[in-house]
Amino acid sequence: MKIMQISVFLENRKGRLYDVCSLLGTNDVNIRALTIAETESFGVLRIVVDKSDFAIQLLRDNHFVANFTDVVAVEVPDRPGGLASILKVLAENDVNIEYMYGFVEKFTDKALLVMRFEDTDFAQQILAKHNIRVVAEKDIEGL
Amino acid sequence: MDVPFWNNEVETASRSQLEQLQLQRLRQVIGWALRTPFYKKRLGQAGIHSPDDIRSLQDLQRIPYTTKDDLRLSFPRGLLAVDMKEVVRIHSSSGTTGIPTVIYFTREDLDCWTDLLARSIVGTGATADDIFQNMMTYGLFTGGLGLHYGAERVGMTVIPIGGGNTKRQIQTMRDFQTTVVHITPSYLLHIHSRLGEDGICRDDLALRKAFIGAEPHSENTRRKLQDLLHIDAYNSYGLSELNGPGVAFECVCKKDMHVWEDAYIAEIIKPETGEVLPEGQEGELVLTNLVRRAMPILRYRTRDLAFLYPPGCDCGRTHRRLSRILGRTDDMLIINGVNVFPSQIEEKIMKIPEVATNYQIHVDKKGALDRLTVKVEIYPKLFLGEVATLEALRQKIVEELRSSIIISPAVELHEPGSLPVFEGKAKRVVDDRPKE
Repeated sequence: MKIMQISVFLENRKGRLYDVCSLLGTNDVNIRALTIAETESFGVLRIVVDKSDFAIQLLRDNHFVANFTDVVAVEVPDRPGGLASILKVLAENDVNIEYMYGFVEKFTDKALLVMRFEDTDFAQQILAKHNIRVVAEKDIEGL
Repeated sequence: MDVPFWNNEVETASRSQLEQLQLQRLRQVIGWALRTPFYKKRLGQAGIHSPDDIRSLQDLQRIPYTTKDDLRLSFPRGLLAVDMKEVVRIHSSSGTTGIPTVIYFTREDLDCWTDLLARSIVGTGATADDIFQNMMTYGLFTGGLGLHYGAERVGMTVIPIGGGNTKRQIQTMRDFQTTVVHITPSYLLHIHSRLGEDGICRDDLALRKAFIGAEPHSENTRRKLQDLLHIDAYNSYGLSELNGPGVAFECVCKKDMHVWEDAYIAEIIKPETGEVLPEGQEGELVLTNLVRRAMPILRYRTRDLAFLYPPGCDCGRTHRRLSRILGRTDDMLIINGVNVFPSQIEEKIMKIPEVATNYQIHVDKKGALDRLTVKVEIYPKLFLGEVATLEALRQKIVEELRSSIIISPAVELHEPGSLPVFEGKAKRVVDDRPKE
């Protein structure tokens, strides 16, 4: 079960992140998870929101460069070694993670991490095989 | 005042002797030029078919101007006047649209050029006792090798270190007790700002003179350099089309640069009309090379704005002096001594499909050095959300530009529509360097 992350290109300009967040906020789009990848001269904002189709259209209509990226929201036991136990499974099965980041808040007793894999389908198979739960898009909309 | 000369007879020849020599050499160079397809046609159209058609220096004005475009269109051999076997050196400069210009030298041509540089060096009071650190770029650029051979001819101890690597430059200045440097003014300012690092101070150096050139600078910059470093700084002028440095150089008086009129005929013209202007009036400098057999160039429009003084200088030289370069007639940028045309940048950028059509060239100062930033807008459809792809694109643009303009620009990626849009002629270049 993939979910849609929205990647937004951000040029290095004061207030540009604010512009995105304020646009989403005034249109009642809630950001559930967020991270920024930065380089010296530009950044890419990665967000998971509750209404992804609406949000990406909104961003594009407002001249932001935005695109969908497939990611997986993985439930991680919220205890010491919780993440390590999942990474162990992935490592043993040669699943490459490109990047990951956490959801803003918890919805169950588990922590929720957004993971971007080199090969999303393969990663999902491995996760399923090891009974590691992932969250569906519709669950995020309801969160 | 002690005035040193390299070739006293030529440097102090009377004006009539100089003009006699100029006429004789002009006729000779016309003969050489007529061997090239380019000048055979160009001079023929002006009714000049042999050196005999030039009877006085006034006849110079019958010769049509030669432009940078002419050189480009004649690339690579259209202006070569000798058999390639006689050519012993090639220099080249980057072209405005990717086609370079090339300059050929026979052994005698190099000898003449070297002698002009020896003359220029000695005119500043430098001698065979000096340790000379040549901090200009070597290679196809004429700045490095030109002064190198001139300094060797004078008998100076030459350190051919080339440009860049400030730390090593300063260490070398200390280790060998360098007394004279050849450098761009902006790089010398930068060197000064780095003194004190690694425990090397001004007092550890023996520096006493700097030949500064390859980029226009003001009298204020010269004074600043002299005051900061307690040295004498001498302005130098040249361009690769006319051999390179050694076209004009300041003497010990430091009151603008003597044009070596036995080797060059200098004229100032009104750029719009081509009308020749009298001494003292500012206009475009036009130069004729009188002593290069491999590649004669007649009445070359330098696109540099300057004026000529009437003859006379406290040093006793009769060769007229040229003012500082006051500007350009085109949009050429000089970035840390390197000539860059915005069209070169545009040509490269437009070849990259991921880049949209709007871009901006930004120049400013970071410390003493010029900084070139090229801002491009990305093409939205090609953004797939990955940082690595974008960073690779940015690197690709840097590499492409570096291969064309030699220097390495900073490249910024921008959102579509974020750079200023122009109706009609776009103003793509923003030069924020402080004007003096």
